[in-house]
Amino acid sequence: MQVELRNPTRHLDVPGPVSIVALLARLGLHRESVLVIRDGTLVPGDAMLADDDSVEIRSVISGGSA
Amino acid sequence: MKCRVCRGPAVIDIRRHNANFCAEHFLRLCRDQVAKAISAFDMLAPGDRVLVAVSGGKDSLALWDLLIELGYEADGFTIGLGIGDYSATSSGFARRFADERGLTLHSVDLPDDLGFDIPNGARAAKRAPCSACGLTKRHLFDEAARDGGYDAVATGHNLDDEAAVLFGNTLRWQREYLARQLPVLPAGRGFPRKVKPLVRLGEREMAAYCVLRGIEYIVDECPMAVGNKHLGYKEALNAIEERSPGSKHDFYFGFLDRAVELFRDAEDETVAGAPLSPCVRCGAPSGGEVCAFCRLVERAAGPTPVRLRPRAEAGAP
Repeated sequence: MQVELRNPTRHLDVPGPVSIVALLARLGLHRESVLVIRDGTLVPGDAMLADDDSVEIRSVISGGSA
Repeated sequence: MKCRVCRGPAVIDIRRHNANFCAEHFLRLCRDQVAKAISAFDMLAPGDRVLVAVSGGKDSLALWDLLIELGYEADGFTIGLGIGDYSATSSGFARRFADERGLTLHSVDLPDDLGFDIPNGARAAKRAPCSACGLTKRHLFDEAARDGGYDAVATGHNLDDEAAVLFGNTLRWQREYLARQLPVLPAGRGFPRKVKPLVRLGEREMAAYCVLRGIEYIVDECPMAVGNKHLGYKEALNAIEERSPGSKHDFYFGFLDRAVELFRDAEDETVAGAPLSPCVRCGAPSGGEVCAFCRLVERAAGPTPVRLRPRAEAGAP
């Protein structure tokens, strides 16, 4: 499975099938901090990702405090 | 995962609500939460003209979209900060959003219009970049609102932003900042009303809103903000939220319900309670002869006084 991590942009190859929860745990990411996007739309937290899927994991945290 | 409202397939879970939503009902939830915040805190009245502070990021574009959806007359104002490609890219998202919807977007470009940028301005003024940026934005948004006759300035601060700022202010017991950490600051003493209609929505929800509405925004972080304290506070709060959903909401709204009044007297001890007079350079309300922004401009770009005018790019207000 192709995983694109954003901010900064990186690409990973992760074996599937894997659940969203397991994928985020494997990558050390908080569910509150990211969205998982496949084919331009959101993937719910209980979804399974197949080995031939391509997903974007988008950080949702922005740092401006002003 | 099923939508709590219609039992159709859900696209997002919101753990602090212990609920899942399909796209349609998630978007409705966002509109309802913004309407609820506006009503609960008397942010806006029907017919108010609103100036939205637009960066090109998810929060400000979602806010602009939501205010238009809710029927407000809302124009945008964006500032070219001169932070390399980041500023050009983020301004491009703001402009594209406005153009595609026929909305009015005013803009000021710091290098072109004022002769400085945030990195050099911060260095010249011996301020942290985020401090110089915040000062610049507040000044220019206020001025644009006054000049354009807007009733309020709306900013895209969301629940995560407010909880993180509260966390930082509480760690240091900064009483004067705690006193003013409100979702709405009324107009007065030459300043326009400031409202934060997104305080009931987290930033994950705002990013999801943009994805589901097809709003393109700048995903990359501002290079000047990378590693700052604010991001560290957000990471800490998200670690708590992961174990205890709803913590950020309870922290912030508990503060508003039960604690902010305890700091009310602190406001009078600071600039907020000090006498103000017009800045001799720009006319903005100031605690000194020359306001902090004009001092920044003078240090960064030379001694020439500057009187700014927003530049309408898609029609005048």
